[in-house]
Amino acid sequence: MIRVILPAHLRTLAQISGEVTLEVHGRATQRALLDALEATYPMLRGTIRDQVTQDRRPFLRFFACQQDLSHEPPDTPLPKAVATGAEPLVVLGALAGG
Amino acid sequence: MSRVRVLVGTRKGAFVLSSDGKRERWDVSGPHFAGWEIYHLKGSPVDPDRLYASQSNSWFGQVVQRSNDGGRSWEPAGNQFVYDGVPGTHQWYDGTPHPWEFARAWHLEPSLTDPDTVYAGVEDAALFRSTDGAQTWQELSGLRQHSSGSSWAPGAGGLCLHSILLDPSRPARIYVAISAAGAFRSDDDGETWRPINRGLRSEHIPDPDAEIGHCVHHIAMHPARPEVLFMQKHWDVMRSDDGGESWQEVSGNLPTDFGFPIDVHAHEPNTIYVVPIKSDSEHFPPDGKLRVYRSRTGGNEWEPLTKGLPQRDCYVNVLRDAMAVDSLEPCGVYFGTSGGQVYASSDSGDRWAPIVRDLPAVVSVEAQTLP
Repeated sequence: MIRVILPAHLRTLAQISGEVTLEVHGRATQRALLDALEATYPMLRGTIRDQVTQDRRPFLRFFACQQDLSHEPPDTPLPKAVATGAEPLVVLGALAGG
Repeated sequence: MSRVRVLVGTRKGAFVLSSDGKRERWDVSGPHFAGWEIYHLKGSPVDPDRLYASQSNSWFGQVVQRSNDGGRSWEPAGNQFVYDGVPGTHQWYDGTPHPWEFARAWHLEPSLTDPDTVYAGVEDAALFRSTDGAQTWQELSGLRQHSSGSSWAPGAGGLCLHSILLDPSRPARIYVAISAAGAFRSDDDGETWRPINRGLRSEHIPDPDAEIGHCVHHIAMHPARPEVLFMQKHWDVMRSDDGGESWQEVSGNLPTDFGFPIDVHAHEPNTIYVVPIKSDSEHFPPDGKLRVYRSRTGGNEWEPLTKGLPQRDCYVNVLRDAMAVDSLEPCGVYFGTSGGQVYASSDSGDRWAPIVRDLPAVVSVEAQTLP
């Protein structure tokens, strides 16, 4: 199972608390993980990546294992520690704002 | 006894204000969707407990929420707004071509006849319609694909379609307004459109009388007289007596004819309300006095309404969708400010009192009259 930590607003929108755990079939990539997340929580479609271009929304970043994975191509395998559930993938919103 | 529900969208959530027909004591519910910008929420005239809300922010984009119980509970609906075909470009602030990009839904207008049908006016300017209760959205692309579309340029707030009027006497007739393109009308249920801006004059565009390029801030109509339209433009308050075919200025004795909202009394089609704002660079009331102006003559002759409103040191703004009326007798009038106050008058504007004083900045106000 892969662990994902979502920003508070998205946890509220999806009516979840704490980490999300997801099963990803096949290669554990950013795209496969987000596909699984959106399949489980359809209300999150469009909130992390654009529904048409599938691009990450510009004010969000993906962190894991002390690395910024935001600019990794979406089909790049996730770090082994994320794929095995040892470490979570953190979806983080930019800290700026009113 | 009838009741009133006032739906308030703010920069940090939605609030539902409820009262009985006396409109003296109010129950405040919210914030709903705390922390999100709620550009607009509105109820179906067919089923008043069916509400739609536009929820967005810069981080997570657009969400549409739907309620089937008058705002007590909500469920996310569809948020996929995809422009029809190859979107092409419109004009950017600097005059260069800019690709059409969806940013947010500014206004949701439920159908007059079907609670599952709702229109969305969005930025970059386009009109969408859902016929399944906001689960899926289809663009009425004849508007954006009008031959002038590539020349539309944004106002300071973006290239937004912010006003949608549905004509109760002609079900196929729809009016919209876009900043800063102008007003448009469809007579075939949104298939084809044409600009209706004859008579508008805007000194900030190269040809002040051009067919396109006017920064219309809001348009309003009375359902009993839908061929008469009222408009608050960037500057100028305007009136049309022929469904937008031509416009005449009715600013009359207003202290300034800049402003954002305009609305019509529920029972007097010739009584209209505006909130004059000092200028386009100073978005606050003249002289620090918050005054609603009322015309009982459909324009030109205006009276200030001040009782209960701050008459010194007041520097708030009132945005285009932040004024509404109920249909009780006497007519209730409501407006919200950038300072977080929502003011109500239960006597057609003669006297005002705040329902709430300290909400986040108010973006939109809608009123529902309930049995």
